[in-house]
Amino acid sequence: MINRLRAWLDKLNGVVPGQEQELDFSSELESHLQLHIDDNLRSGMAPEEARRNAILKLGGIESTKQAHRETRTFPLLETTVQDIRYALRQLRRSPGFTATAVLMLGLGIGASIAIFAFVDAALIKPLPYADPTRLADVAEHGVAFPRSNISYQDFRDWQRLNKVFSSVEAYTGGGFLLATPSGVEPVPAARVTDGFFRVLGIHLMLGRDFYSGEDQPNAPATTILTYGSWQRRFGGRKEVIGETVNLSGTPTTIIGVLPEDFLFPPRGSAEFWTTVHQLSSCEKRRSCHNLFAIGRLKDGVSFETAQTEMAAIAKQLEIQYPGSNRDQGAHIAPLPELMVGTIRPILLVLLAGACLLLVIACVNVASLLLVRSESRRREFAVRGALGASPSRLIRQFITEGFVLVGAGTVAGLAAGYFAIRLLLGLVSKDMLSSMPYLSRLGLTPHVLGFTVVIALLAAGIFSLTPVLRLPTAAMREALNDGDRGSAGTLWRRLGANLVVLELTIAVVLLVGAGLLGKSFYRLLHVDLAFDPGNLATLFVSLPTTTYNKDELVVTAAHKIIDRVSTLPGVTSAAITSTLPVSGNGNTDWIRVVGHPFHGEHNEVNEREVSTDYFKTIRAQLLRGRLLTQQDDATRPRVTVINKAFADKYFPGEDPIGKKYGNGDLAPDSIKEIVGIVDNIRESSLDEAIWPAEYKAHNQDADSFFALVVRTSGDAKSILPSLSTAVHQVDPGIGTLNELTMQQRINDSQTAYLHRSAAWLVGGFAALALILGVIGLYGVIAYSVSQRTREIGVRMALGAQRGTVYQLILREASILTVVGITAGILCALGASTLLRGLLFQIRTWDISTLAFVAVVLGASALIASYIPAHRAASINPVEALRAE
Amino acid sequence: MGDKTDVWQGTLALMVLKTLESMGPLHGYGIARRIEQTSGDLLTLNYGTLYPALLRLEQEGAITSEWGQSENNRRAKFYSLTRTGHRLLNKEARSWEQTTAILARFLAPSEEA
Repeated sequence: MINRLRAWLDKLNGVVPGQEQELDFSSELESHLQLHIDDNLRSGMAPEEARRNAILKLGGIESTKQAHRETRTFPLLETTVQDIRYALRQLRRSPGFTATAVLMLGLGIGASIAIFAFVDAALIKPLPYADPTRLADVAEHGVAFPRSNISYQDFRDWQRLNKVFSSVEAYTGGGFLLATPSGVEPVPAARVTDGFFRVLGIHLMLGRDFYSGEDQPNAPATTILTYGSWQRRFGGRKEVIGETVNLSGTPTTIIGVLPEDFLFPPRGSAEFWTTVHQLSSCEKRRSCHNLFAIGRLKDGVSFETAQTEMAAIAKQLEIQYPGSNRDQGAHIAPLPELMVGTIRPILLVLLAGACLLLVIACVNVASLLLVRSESRRREFAVRGALGASPSRLIRQFITEGFVLVGAGTVAGLAAGYFAIRLLLGLVSKDMLSSMPYLSRLGLTPHVLGFTVVIALLAAGIFSLTPVLRLPTAAMREALNDGDRGSAGTLWRRLGANLVVLELTIAVVLLVGAGLLGKSFYRLLHVDLAFDPGNLATLFVSLPTTTYNKDELVVTAAHKIIDRVSTLPGVTSAAITSTLPVSGNGNTDWIRVVGHPFHGEHNEVNEREVSTDYFKTIRAQLLRGRLLTQQDDATRPRVTVINKAFADKYFPGEDPIGKKYGNGDLAPDSIKEIVGIVDNIRESSLDEAIWPAEYKAHNQDADSFFALVVRTSGDAKSILPSLSTAVHQVDPGIGTLNELTMQQRINDSQTAYLHRSAAWLVGGFAALALILGVIGLYGVIAYSVSQRTREIGVRMALGAQRGTVYQLILREASILTVVGITAGILCALGASTLLRGLLFQIRTWDISTLAFVAVVLGASALIASYIPAHRAASINPVEALRAE
Repeated sequence: MGDKTDVWQGTLALMVLKTLESMGPLHGYGIARRIEQTSGDLLTLNYGTLYPALLRLEQEGAITSEWGQSENNRRAKFYSLTRTGHRLLNKEARSWEQTTAILARFLAPSEEA
């Protein structure tokens, strides 16, 4: 064993080429021969004969040296070092080829790495909770929403009655006005039940978790900070625990700090976490839904079982509370699904796109390698004739492949790293807070592992392609002639197949990009039924401690509108409880007076707006009248409804003058319809239009609202002065998130996801087109160079230039047509994957397919025209003389 | 192919060790000639194959080498057995005897039959 090891170490030492050992052995052999010759001479041989015999008996000087050398070290390792050195020399000798190949590989690998890093951060890495796969998203199931908020009263019943969860805890969003040195600042917050962090398995970094019972009405006000908030607002001081902070006028004790890696996408932006100990008015009513819940499944309980049991409990509550719980079922799903569900299809499509691009890059480099191997046939034939074994020659190719891929991978890692930074920079802050797991992006072990795998695959392809073409048998022929004839055709066929593959992939990517681009265009040009240009918006939060009566809120709202209206450049100003294009939700359940009613939930979007709202956003009045200043708390309640409302609840009737209220038709809920406006897009861009009601803010005040301002010039320029104007009314009012309407629409999650998908796939497709066309050019150009002599003969025999053009272009167009046809067939199959991402467009959109075919066909024509032109310009005399 | 060479080289190594034991320090050519003579010229050795075997034994520490003068005043590299080499020789010889004995038993009856 020890001997073996010593021999091994000696050999390892021998890898470093030892001149000394070589010389030593040479002299040993020399002395051996001398001794033998001496003997031979003594036995009477002639001197020459004596030497010849000695060498013969030895079995050759060089081969003995070689055998000795191989024993001295690991032959594989030594020759590999040699191969690598040789490969580097080869690559240095043709810098153009090397640069092109490394660049293509770098692009392909870089794109794949960048996208994979996103996939890793969002889909592969487990969420930072204890056993995240056992966590469930617990919600109610309504008629309009498959996953809807759960009401506080229902939640407590579910918590008490269920036997499938070891615990269920609720959460909801919230916000506080925080007094800071620079004025009052609204801060995002979350309210949870006491065991929320325990369900997730989160251990606090500092301080303590909520006690059990700390969410009860008599409990003192306490809060837990996120790590970011602790660092930013409290300087990361440890003494902050036990200190009191004023949250919207309530003195609240800080009891803990969450760990740095804590994230909870549904409430990603929340900085302060408090308990639900002070129930809002909504939470006191069973019919008001404002929470979501999470639960941890008991051991052995499946999601299906949980769903069945919770549905049964919901049914029981429906019987018990028919007024509020009609059709309220249960919705139980894996929690990670909720957090990454929206982004998964896009990421998978992008990953597929990046991988296709990588395939094209590899195919292109492989065909470059083929061309080179073709021109190096003589070199390899010579090396073979000089005694290099076929396996050694093959190893040389493999080494070159690995060296190339190694360089490409390094370039790809660098490109990927920058692409990740770049893509992350494009994500808006809002988006990041709803996808906080993206902060875990980077060149993680997973990503590096992925890199190694694709690098090995690529290296495999590159070493195999030339090996397939290494003509061991035909080696001697290659030595004899310059290289023409059968070998050229064979390569042309293989190369042609590769080009068809490239064109096919390019078509698939182009079609994908075309569909996504078109769908993004449609999304941005969806009918809004209002004019988003030159609209500035700002959220305003009135402190409820000061503005504790509706009249006070109404007066303050008027003051704000009046103050803002006087700003230069403002043509009109209004407020709304919810901005358009922010999504369906904030709904009201209605019942029309005089219509048959069986307790169903007629869900409509509910908005409270000021008098000039419709004028400010330029929404069209279809019938009746708009709200006026006279519609205040002293007058009967009135509403304006949208067209969808009229169509759905008053088919064939005139809604003007009709009355509706809540399910019980409680007297204070009755409203009269005074007007119908167009279907203003309240939903996000890709959602359906729902019925909506617009109530008068004067009659139904809310202390949190959005200010909407129409400007004569660019809305951006007025943004800074908006909050100043609001603070002139009362410095205690919180303002946040000033943006133009257009920015809001462009930055909305829907637009962002569609845009990034369209741009990225578009980018991949553009690269694929370029690479594919370069590949086609390469094949045709090579074929022309191989056929120079043939073309010369043809022309000498009287072929016209036109015929030569035809000859070459026919070859190119066959490849192109086959590629495009195959591509379109594949694209039709592949684009079903895209279906979920497309908006108002079918996967077999004819115009997109036609456009792609034309673009690719035209580019292919241009690419093949250049070599065709060269072929047609061949001088037959020179062509024939050349060989 | 690898297997055959191994067996052959194993045997060759044993012959080298035995030769060095009985002859004392000897150069490569001498070892080769001695092996041929001992075999009663039944074995014709490609002398070249001896040197990798010598190198391997040296790497294993069974023999050492030193440049010196041959009997007819030629410079030559002399190999000699080390203590490890002695042990190795004993072990290998024993195992070889065992192997041949076993094989002999196998072959004997079949010849009779």
